[in-house]
Amino acid sequence: MSVVLAGLTTGLPHPLLTPDANPGYRRLRDAFAEARDVIRASGAERLVLYSTYWPSVIGHQAITDPNPRWTHVDELFHDLGSISYDRPVDAALAEAVVDAAKRRGLSARGVNYHGFPMDTGSVTALELLDPDCEWPAVVLSSNVYADRAETLVWAKATRDAIAASSRPTAVFAISSLSNRLFTTFIRPEDDAIHSPKDDEWNRKILQFLSEGRLEDTAQLSRTIQQQIRVKKVVNFKALWWLSAVAGPHNRYHGTVHAYAPVQGTGAAVVTLRPREEGLGDKEFDEDDVEVWRGDREVLS
Amino acid sequence: MTMNPGRIVAGALAPHPPHLVYAENPPQNEPRAECGWEMLRWGYERLRADIERARPDVLVVFSPHWQTYVGTHFLGLPRFQGLSVDPIFPNLFRYTYDLKVDVELAEAIAAAAGATGHPVKMMRNPDFRVDYGTIISCHMARPTWDLPIVAVSSCRSAAYYSVEVMQDQALALGRATAEAIGRTGRRAALLASCSLSHRHFVVEGDLPEDMSREHVTSHHNYLWDMRMIDLLRRGRLEEVLATMPEFVNQAVSEADSGALSWLIGALGHDIAGEVYAYGTVIGTGNAVVGFFPPEAA
Repeated sequence: MSVVLAGLTTGLPHPLLTPDANPGYRRLRDAFAEARDVIRASGAERLVLYSTYWPSVIGHQAITDPNPRWTHVDELFHDLGSISYDRPVDAALAEAVVDAAKRRGLSARGVNYHGFPMDTGSVTALELLDPDCEWPAVVLSSNVYADRAETLVWAKATRDAIAASSRPTAVFAISSLSNRLFTTFIRPEDDAIHSPKDDEWNRKILQFLSEGRLEDTAQLSRTIQQQIRVKKVVNFKALWWLSAVAGPHNRYHGTVHAYAPVQGTGAAVVTLRPREEGLGDKEFDEDDVEVWRGDREVLS
Repeated sequence: MTMNPGRIVAGALAPHPPHLVYAENPPQNEPRAECGWEMLRWGYERLRADIERARPDVLVVFSPHWQTYVGTHFLGLPRFQGLSVDPIFPNLFRYTYDLKVDVELAEAIAAAAGATGHPVKMMRNPDFRVDYGTIISCHMARPTWDLPIVAVSSCRSAAYYSVEVMQDQALALGRATAEAIGRTGRRAALLASCSLSHRHFVVEGDLPEDMSREHVTSHHNYLWDMRMIDLLRRGRLEEVLATMPEFVNQAVSEADSGALSWLIGALGHDIAGEVYAYGTVIGTGNAVVGFFPPEAA
């Protein structure tokens, strides 16, 4: 078993750049520190991130620059400040993920260019989970057109590469829960989940995850997309990827370290440790796709 | 001394596929190309010449790739320098830019838009990396970079609300843009930086400029592109607006950003467009179209 820990975190920069502007931002920041302790305790030697904040169009991308460095500014929250990063990347694992993805029928490529714009979600999560660069990371994109089948294959390719090296690995999906922002400027102290409905759904998701029911939650992804997601991409994919790479079952010890609003969205930090017992497998009614056989032309 | 009232001297649908700059091989862009997308690039050459004849003193560009879900943002410092690497096509676009901003005009547009109740913000972080849509449209329209620009973000209301809400906001922003240009005495060229149909192929050949692979993703999208281009060339801009919700939804159009609606809102009336080129880029439909409001008698 090479995946020793799974997790889900927000990627919005407020807990990193303005942690004391709102008590919720501070709770999230502290939660990242708790998750760091969980990573240490898991024995993980590296991190793999799937970021919904990094859209790709030409298949799937992985950062293969062994040491990306830049001063990043978020395109929306630029007034919160700049984020200078200098990160170690497990380029060999990233290349292995790309190769495994190609073997499974996906279009995939590594990106190794100075100045490549690592996304806000990945930068934020890495800086908060691992401020001292204890672990090399792999950062993976989220294809804008991919739906469940393609996302599962991308995750399984990631799992192939992790398993081939047999090194303990922590995998994280970087995504908000509900993603509806307030579309007017708000004071940080007035931050709140955009609607009671979004809040109720977020809490239901977190209840499932706290019970270790990762695959159950992943199976709800289409419903979650319909209920609490702005339709910027075709679906809510983070939990599909996370469950497929960590193991599509409900046998986890789940911990919700924090849940708070960020500009109206549902932001959380969750870790899931594999365990023997759990709620068992439910009636999963969707394909467990192994190989990507191409675009099904569902879009015009 | 009384300042002459400003005016929009040119408007353009000016799409931003990085492939076009890649194929131009300018010194600012690191990757080198052998050829590619000539019809669009030659169309841009003709647009460039006509913009030059209109004697603008500023470019105002609305980019879908500066995505600000909370309000419309404007570059708010006089100069930006840096390296822009396209997150989607980093193999094609790694461009060193050095651009000047007409901050006074940007602030005037922001103030005029803000007065309508639309949320606006000036972007004053010096570390900010200017988005590649802005850079590409400006480069293709004016590769000499001898004019200041105003960069306008897209607040993505089509995703958050509907195409209709997006369009209402974009039209109001366009009117505010025209009002501010008039008040500040500028001769402005406006660039709506977007494709028409916007469904990409999701694979890329080893040679990106292999034109034997280039075509529109579907006949359906081609028909939509032609319908919209025909309306633009005949100057039926009101009909473009009326058709926009269906077009965006049917053709996955990048006009969902509001760029084209903003341009039409700024032009303010029906005016026939000069179609310089139509071509596809990795399956998306792109037209280079110019609008030149006549000088007042």
